[in-house]
Order: sequence, then C-alpha cells, then structure tokens
Amino acid sequence: MGPLVPFMISNEFNLIIALIAGIGFGFVLEQAGFSSTKKLVGLFYGYDFTVLKVFFTAGVTAMIGVLWLAHWGLLDLSLIYINPTFLWSALLGGAIMGIGFIIGGFCPGTSICAASIGKLDGLAFVFGGGLGVIFFAEGYPLVKNIYLSEAWGGVLMNEMLGMSKIMFAVLLTVVAFIAFYLTGLLENRVNRVPTAVNKRKRAIYASAIGFALLLLAVIAFFPDSKNRMEARINKTVIQKDFTSASVPADQLASDIVNNYYRINIIDVRDTAAFRAYHLPFAINIPYEIMADRRWGKILDQKHKVNYFYADDKQIAAKAYLLAGYLGNAENYILNGSAVNFHKLFSNLTPPGVEANKSEIDTYNFRQKSATEMKILVDALKNSSEPVIAKTTKIKGGC
Amino acid sequence: MKGQKYMNPYLAGFLLGLVLLGTIYVTGRGLGASGAVKSVVLSTVVKVAPRHVANTPFIKSYSEEHPDGPLKDWLVFEVIGVIIGAFFSGVISNRVGIKLERGPNITNRTRIIAAIIGGAFFGFGSQLGRGCTSGAALSGMAVMSFGGLITMVAIFGSGYAFAWFFRKLWLK
Repeated sequence: MGPLVPFMISNEFNLIIALIAGIGFGFVLEQAGFSSTKKLVGLFYGYDFTVLKVFFTAGVTAMIGVLWLAHWGLLDLSLIYINPTFLWSALLGGAIMGIGFIIGGFCPGTSICAASIGKLDGLAFVFGGGLGVIFFAEGYPLVKNIYLSEAWGGVLMNEMLGMSKIMFAVLLTVVAFIAFYLTGLLENRVNRVPTAVNKRKRAIYASAIGFALLLLAVIAFFPDSKNRMEARINKTVIQKDFTSASVPADQLASDIVNNYYRINIIDVRDTAAFRAYHLPFAINIPYEIMADRRWGKILDQKHKVNYFYADDKQIAAKAYLLAGYLGNAENYILNGSAVNFHKLFSNLTPPGVEANKSEIDTYNFRQKSATEMKILVDALKNSSEPVIAKTTKIKGGC
Repeated sequence: MKGQKYMNPYLAGFLLGLVLLGTIYVTGRGLGASGAVKSVVLSTVVKVAPRHVANTPFIKSYSEEHPDGPLKDWLVFEVIGVIIGAFFSGVISNRVGIKLERGPNITNRTRIIAAIIGGAFFGFGSQLGRGCTSGAALSGMAVMSFGGLITMVAIFGSGYAFAWFFRKLWLK
C-alpha cells in the first residue's frame, strides 16, 4: 500500500527516487516544448495553448490515478501531502507569480528546463528566481501578516464545494475536455488555420475521453476495497457453518502466565472500554481502525500468536476474520467477553465445603493464575505498556 | 540544424500525469521546483553571511527546519533530475545549444533583464504562495488541494490580466 516512503523505502533512498522523478519530469516538460518561452506565453496571447493542454491533462491524469489507487486500497490518502491553504497569501502570491510569468516568460520548473538545454533567458530567469527568494526572506517581516493569515489547513476542493471527491473529479475532467475543445478552436482562429482533426486523431481523442470517464464511473459505482472487505466479513460471520479457532478463558490465562512473550492479546473494543478494563498485556486495536497499516507489524507476523477479544461476540469474530485477510499470523478468539474474563479472575470466592474436587481445582488454578498475572503485569509494567504508533505525516510542497 | 517537433501536448500531459502519479504513490508528495531554488539560495546565504541570518527570522527558521542543507533536500535532488531529463530530451530532439529566445521587437538585453525581473517576481510570489506552478498548482490539482487550485487560478488569471501591458515584449 502506498505511499512507499517511509514504510518500504527509507528517507535516504527517497533522494534517489527524487532524482528519478525529476528526470521524468524534466524529460516530459522539455518534450512538450516547455523549454521554449514563446510556446509558454502563447497561452496568454491565444496563439499556443500547449501549456493548458499539457497542464490540465497531467493534472486530470494524476487526479484520476490517485482516486483509482485509493479506491482499490493501494494508496493511503490520509498520508498524502496536501498543500495547506492560506487564502490571502495563495491569491496574492499567485497574482505576483502571474506577473512574473508574463514578464519573464517562464515559471521555475520550465526555466530550469530551458537553462538545461542552453537557453540563456532560462538561466537569467533562474537567477532572478533566486533573487526573488532573497527579497522575500529579507522582506518577510513586511508580508508576515499576509503570509500567515487565513490558515485553513489542508482543505480539499470538493470539501469547499460541498461535494464528494468523485463528483469533483468528474466535474474537473469534463471542464478540462471542454477547455481543450474551445481553446483548440480559438488557437486555430488566432493562427488563421482551418480547424480540421483527422479521423485517426479523432478516434484516439474520443477513446481517451471515454477511458477517463470509464475509470471515474468504476470508482463512483463500484464499492471500494474497504467496503467489499466489510461486506465479505459480514456475510461470513452470519453463515451457519462459520467456525473460528477459539480458546477458553482458562487456557488463555495459562498462556498469559507461561507464554506472555509469545502472544499478542488484542482488544478490539473502543478506547474507552479498553481504558475501563482490559486483559493483562492487552493491546488496543479498535475494530474500525484495524485495517490501518500501522498494525501490520502485529497482524502480519509469524512469531507470536494473536488472541482477539471484545465484549460483543460478533465483533470479535469479525476482527478474527479481518485479521485473517490482513495477515498470516496465527489467530484465535477468546471464548466469552472481557467482562467474563474479568469476573473469572478477580474477586474469587472460595468454593463451599460441599464442592467437589474439580471445582476446588478450578478455584485453585484461577486463584494462582490471577496472582501470577498480577505479578507479571507489575514486573513488566514498563515493557508491556502499549507503544503508541505515530502516524508519519509526509512533508512536501515547493 | 533544426530541432525536432514537440510531442503531442495531450500525450505529454498524460506522461507528465503518470510521472506525478508515480511520485505520489512512491513518496506521498508531488513534484516541485521553486523549493529547490529556495533551498540552494537560503543555504548559501546561511553559509556566506551567518551573522546576517541571525537577524533575519525567515532564513533563521528555514535553516533550523532544514539543518541538512540542500544536499539532503528532496526537491534539490528532483531538480538535478529535471536538469538531466531536460538535457537528455534536448539531445535526442536536437535542441541543445546556447540560444536566447525573445519577442520580435526587443533586444537581447531587454529579454535578459525582463527574464531576471520576471524570475524575481516568480521567486517572490512562489514563497508567498507556498509553491509554484508545479508544487502548488499541478501537484495541488492531483490531490484536489483547495490552496493549490486557487494559487493556479491566481497565477493564470493574473497572467491574462497583465498580458496586454507586456504585449510589446512578445508580439509584433
């Protein structure tokens, strides 16, 4: 599941990825003609809309791709860097950049491309860009208020418009296609060439548009990986022949006493219930967030046996099933609830005089286990505190 | 020697989108450009004039947040890649060579001065707007960032608004 950094690719190797991504970026920009300042400013005088075509196609492609990967559970959107919104600085900064664009004829990325193939005006623009950064750094106290005002955080376009992501994606895609068509007409009129698209090209464009809309339709109408998993689990749980590997409370207690270092006891209830009471050495992984990949280390390993429990039998069974889909660890369910376990191993009342041998044995066993669990928990207090996994936020931006 | 024709813009856009998508999938972040210029420039200032930096809050906090300097900066590596990729593309399409492109009615000198001034505006604006056309607008569009999209609208809107005033730089 992406992003691969920093879970599968280290931050050091990430720099090599940066180099590779940059090579692709620079190559495509140059091939598209972005190293030519005349081609770039053509956008503003109507004779060349290459910038709009490349830019919008790239944006729409990447946007649909991101949604597609997220839909199939291949990309975790909660970890993706979202540029934070600072309303006034974004608008004013953008306006200043627009002036820079029309005077200088480049933007930073394209000027670097132009300089790379020997364009002196590109090099001059890069130099000017450096000066601009220094001006900003020196003049920062003057613009600080604008720079920091109206901080809205990482808000998304669809949230601002009050629609779903997929709705916005469809909207942007359709707008892009209309823009391509209209600017094509305009460009030809300014350049005084007749509008004629040959048959082959028309077929290619039509299939590209169809393909983009097909992908969007699949995302919109087909349940995503999370929902499908949930549906599968719900279906299995209610089946009559559903069986799970389960252990009685006494066996689990004995495992805790003797093998505490070889087992994970996983409490899938919510955090409040966990805080109120939990089994010795239990880790809290609420069922709702079990699929988060930070739990991968626990759910997908072969060294420790996992025991799941909850107060609701069904939830424990669902967690057991989900764990089976998420990893290949050896999983069991605790027979009975957390409350039940608590009852069995605390405030034990000695059996009466008429109790038979097995009752006395059970009492002795539970009494002993309770004491030993308590001793173990006290002894291992520091090492058994669940480690709170930090979610890594990715830094990005210009 | 004439350079070869440019790639079909939609094909180029599609490929650029795939590069961006791949970058997001692998690293969780988009592409950028101005941040690399910033890293190199500010780190140079830190090295050249450390005393001055102590009195400049923006550079000071930047160098505290980026103690490793440009040699460990993601965007600097990415831009080194851009230079390699663009050069390679120029070589295979026969477009490499010392050249200066300008509008028909201005001198080379005017063009260079305009490029420096334009660059300075862009450099300043990209700092204020927290990203340029690639970092804010393009990468922002891919992840549907509101901030990225309004920056994009502002860049191109302002470009159109001022295009008339600077038409002598570009048109006959």
